[in-house]
Amino acid sequence: MGDSFSMKIETYLDGELSAQEMQAMDAHLRGCASCSADAMAQLHMKRAVKLTGTRYSPSPELRAKVQRGITQEKPVFWQRWLSVPVFALLLIGLGLYVSQTAGSRNRIYSELTDLHVATLASANPVDVISTDRHTVKPWFQGKIPFTFNLPELNGSDFTLIGGRVAYLGQSPGAQLIYQIRKHQISVFIFQDKNLPGKLQLTSGKQLSFSTESWNSNGLSYFVIGDTSGDDIRRLGELLKSAAQS
Amino acid sequence: MGRLVYFSEVPKDRETSAMFAELAMPLFDQLYNFAHWLTQDRSEADDLVQETYSKALRGFSSFQPGTNFRAWIYRILRNTFLTSRTGLKATSVQVELDEAAESIAEAETPESIFIDQSQQQLLQKAIEALPLHYREVVLLCDVEEMPYKEIAETLSIPIGTVMSRLARARRDLRQALQVKLVRR
Ligand SMILES: [Zn+2]
Repeated sequence: MGDSFSMKIETYLDGELSAQEMQAMDAHLRGCASCSADAMAQLHMKRAVKLTGTRYSPSPELRAKVQRGITQEKPVFWQRWLSVPVFALLLIGLGLYVSQTAGSRNRIYSELTDLHVATLASANPVDVISTDRHTVKPWFQGKIPFTFNLPELNGSDFTLIGGRVAYLGQSPGAQLIYQIRKHQISVFIFQDKNLPGKLQLTSGKQLSFSTESWNSNGLSYFVIGDTSGDDIRRLGELLKSAAQS
Repeated sequence: MGRLVYFSEVPKDRETSAMFAELAMPLFDQLYNFAHWLTQDRSEADDLVQETYSKALRGFSSFQPGTNFRAWIYRILRNTFLTSRTGLKATSVQVELDEAAESIAEAETPESIFIDQSQQQLLQKAIEALPLHYREVVLLCDVEEMPYKEIAETLSIPIGTVMSRLARARRDLRQALQVKLVRR
């Protein structure tokens, strides 16, 4: 055990060494009893994992359902496929659209709400997936022109899911996704000076979303989610005290 | 307008649906198998696969032709799983499991771990017991037979991380089998 080849057996069996290294390993295995025994055992394991891992088959009903979902006419597709929450979001989006054309809604507010709705409906809601604020915060470095602090969530019922860079007009900002019970909450952070207008500082309930927004140290915060106003306020408080520390 | 983005993401015509089906349906069995290993539950796997196909079809316009479709749709499946309740639970216990596993001494002798059919059940339990990040990487490599590069793309991690997780996953599997065999 333990010559320079023994470390590369795994990569060799995965077929991931360079052509030259693959050849060198072939030659070595013919002469080295220890490595060839090791390679044999690892190969058996790989095959066993393949055999054991190929285990679960979809039911014919599921396949037919999915197939139908793809090929059927659009309206039927939507009826069958949209899970209730996503469908609700569509209706909300429609509601926002109507209310916005009525000219009654603050533009930034509507755009952030749209971003939140679009994120929830997206296949890749976050670009950095982590429940650890120490992973999420540095991920934004170099992607947005400012930094911010995230709260410690121990002892609260909020979970950090991850984050992504969000754009308001041309300005990049941070979007953090939190979860409480089954509800997802977006926290948007932008630089005040880059906002295309003034953020309406409100907390309240609009349609089925609760929101909260404030400014702190040149940054604008906007929290939105389809959960109670109390949840949104509590997350807001956590963020505010983290910003002070 | 650009307001109701999700509507604009719906494939407009039969041609697009057909193209999507042509790429996505041959992967159905594999995706289902992978979904079941992630969720470890049949009805959750059913839901996960349905949601994945629905999201993938809706987002199909964002798929770049000529890039790797398999990595793309696996990534959608995995992200959907990670933000589900089961997925969040699986990732939140990750750290403790990692630390616990790290403290186990390395002690295998490869010659003693030849595996026959009858030991498949042991192996199945061992795979199920792997922390999510190790389970997925070993399944993508040995069951799906994805190259490292594609695994890296699917999981959004560097190739070096793919290799170190694979090594750890396999070491854990070997140890799990060995411990069981010795105890017999
Ligand atoms: Zn050797």
